[in-house]
Amino acid sequence: MKTRTILRHSLTHLFIIGLGVFMIYPVIWMIVSSFKPNNMIFSDPGIIPKAVTIENYLTGWKGYAGTSFGTFFVNSLTMCAVAIVGNVISCSMAGYAFARLKFAGRGLWFAVMMATLMLPGHVTLVPRYILFNTFGWVGSYLPILVPKFLATDAFFVFLLVQFMRSLPKEVEEAAIIDGCGKIGVFLRIIIPLASPALVTTALFTFLWTWDDFFNHLLYLTSPDTFTVSRALRTFVGDAGAVNNWGGALAMSTLSIIPAFILFFSLQKYFVQGITTTGIKG
Amino acid sequence: MTAFESLHDETKASFWVRKTSGMIKFLRRNAVAYLFLAPWLLGFLVLTLYPMIYSLGLSFTNYDFTQPNATQWIGLGNYLKMFGSVFGLSEFTASTGELMRVDPYYMKSLSVTLTYVFVSVPLKLIFALAVAMLMNQKLRGVPFYRAVYYIPTLLGGSVAIAVLWRKLFEKDGLINGVLTGVGFTDLPGWITNPNYALGTLILLTVWQFGSSMIIFLAGLKQIPQEYYEAASVDGANKVRQFFSITIPLLSPVILFNLVIQIIGAFQAFTQAYIIGGGKGGVLNSTLFYTLHLYIQGWTYHEMGYASAMAWVLLLIIAVITAVVFRSSSWWVSYGVGE
Repeated sequence: MKTRTILRHSLTHLFIIGLGVFMIYPVIWMIVSSFKPNNMIFSDPGIIPKAVTIENYLTGWKGYAGTSFGTFFVNSLTMCAVAIVGNVISCSMAGYAFARLKFAGRGLWFAVMMATLMLPGHVTLVPRYILFNTFGWVGSYLPILVPKFLATDAFFVFLLVQFMRSLPKEVEEAAIIDGCGKIGVFLRIIIPLASPALVTTALFTFLWTWDDFFNHLLYLTSPDTFTVSRALRTFVGDAGAVNNWGGALAMSTLSIIPAFILFFSLQKYFVQGITTTGIKG
Repeated sequence: MTAFESLHDETKASFWVRKTSGMIKFLRRNAVAYLFLAPWLLGFLVLTLYPMIYSLGLSFTNYDFTQPNATQWIGLGNYLKMFGSVFGLSEFTASTGELMRVDPYYMKSLSVTLTYVFVSVPLKLIFALAVAMLMNQKLRGVPFYRAVYYIPTLLGGSVAIAVLWRKLFEKDGLINGVLTGVGFTDLPGWITNPNYALGTLILLTVWQFGSSMIIFLAGLKQIPQEYYEAASVDGANKVRQFFSITIPLLSPVILFNLVIQIIGAFQAFTQAYIIGGGKGGVLNSTLFYTLHLYIQGWTYHEMGYASAMAWVLLLIIAVITAVVFRSSSWWVSYGVGE
């Protein structure tokens, strides 16, 4: 009986590992191939390269239109940093109001917020574009960043409401007795206690802003403002006929590094974010 | 009469006093809350509600971004442009007297998208559930495995992976290299063949089952082990246990995943855009709805038409979501008592 269980477990392990390797094989292949000489990339499906070179990284890094990938990375990182600040401030404020404050119209606004969770963004697309264009914002980061300061990502508002509702009320009540106002409670008690949910918010804001392509395609017009995702697309071109596939794979590999680092250092926040809101993906 | 009038004046005055003090009271009671709500409320009004109404209005016009002054009201013209082919039309006279052509690609984009949604979502959920059940055993290393299986989801939405995918499925790409290695010959270029192009995109979506898997795993952990023990004492085999215990108790989670994934799948864009090279692929075989909308609105500047398309998309998603919720009353059970 005992040996049978061990055998069964070993088979399950083997199966899970086998399927897992199969699943991430494309990603591993991309990373390995980025170190292969350009002419060997597609003739060689194996993951042990016959020759190793960093040539692809050097040529790819040069970018195009006189703008290097260094600029694209700085652009993406700056955009993500500002987006995180915006989402953390605006979504935690809205989350606190919905989770902890009583006010006229709360039920209505909460229902509205929940409805926007399911709303496809395309119905607001054209007017937003027209609006941002009249402000003269097209071509800048403002159309992408200003909405973050206005809590338009309802997912995070919902996440923070859920989290703040689960916090114990006692500390808050004690603070109120000690003369702390609502703003004080928010800054001194709610924010510190909600920090795990705020980390989740920051994490997914980073990933979504980093990976976002559609808004960058709409609003970024000149190469020196391009983000990594927008730049990669132009780098590959319409027909995908670029000769420098090695460079494209090398830059693609670099572009997924931040996601990897965040994922493996902050794994528990991922699970929390996904299970409380069913985050898309 | 005069007495009544003066009385009336008095009540009027006191009414205003009461009203003002009531407003002050209202503000005192709610001001702080609305202060916290202000960014969201402003965002909702300016960036969601107003644009929604605006785009509904635009959907009845021929608004062209490059010549906004030439905008005319065309009634249901844009909607007929979408669905005209259903009535056998190829062109029609709009209310302005102008001849309008029915969009020859709209129905194609709709059918591509519906196929994509109704094939990829069930496959993804079945896969996610199967893997979640595999992981829901007392095994060492499950957190590590879970992380590995989540990697495709972590990266899948990026341009990098779309670029990779296009390379993998090309005629002389990795997939064909491997298949040739195991003896296949005469292989197609998967991306460039209209019969298979959508399939590669579906595969790319199913590959990203990580989020659904994690949600299923959390749901599976909630099912008490005793149920399974009791069932196996009663002689129910694993298959029977799956259909009588796992599926019913997991049904709220299945519903949740289903709705989230359907809504997401209808809006898929990046992967189709990159893999199709900014167009709908060979013979428009990967012309996703949102891609078509983008091309109409931003390549041809037909933003009135794009707005109408967006509203139809909203309606389609709303109807399908409503149908799923309605149907849930006979397949979703909340709690054991039911």
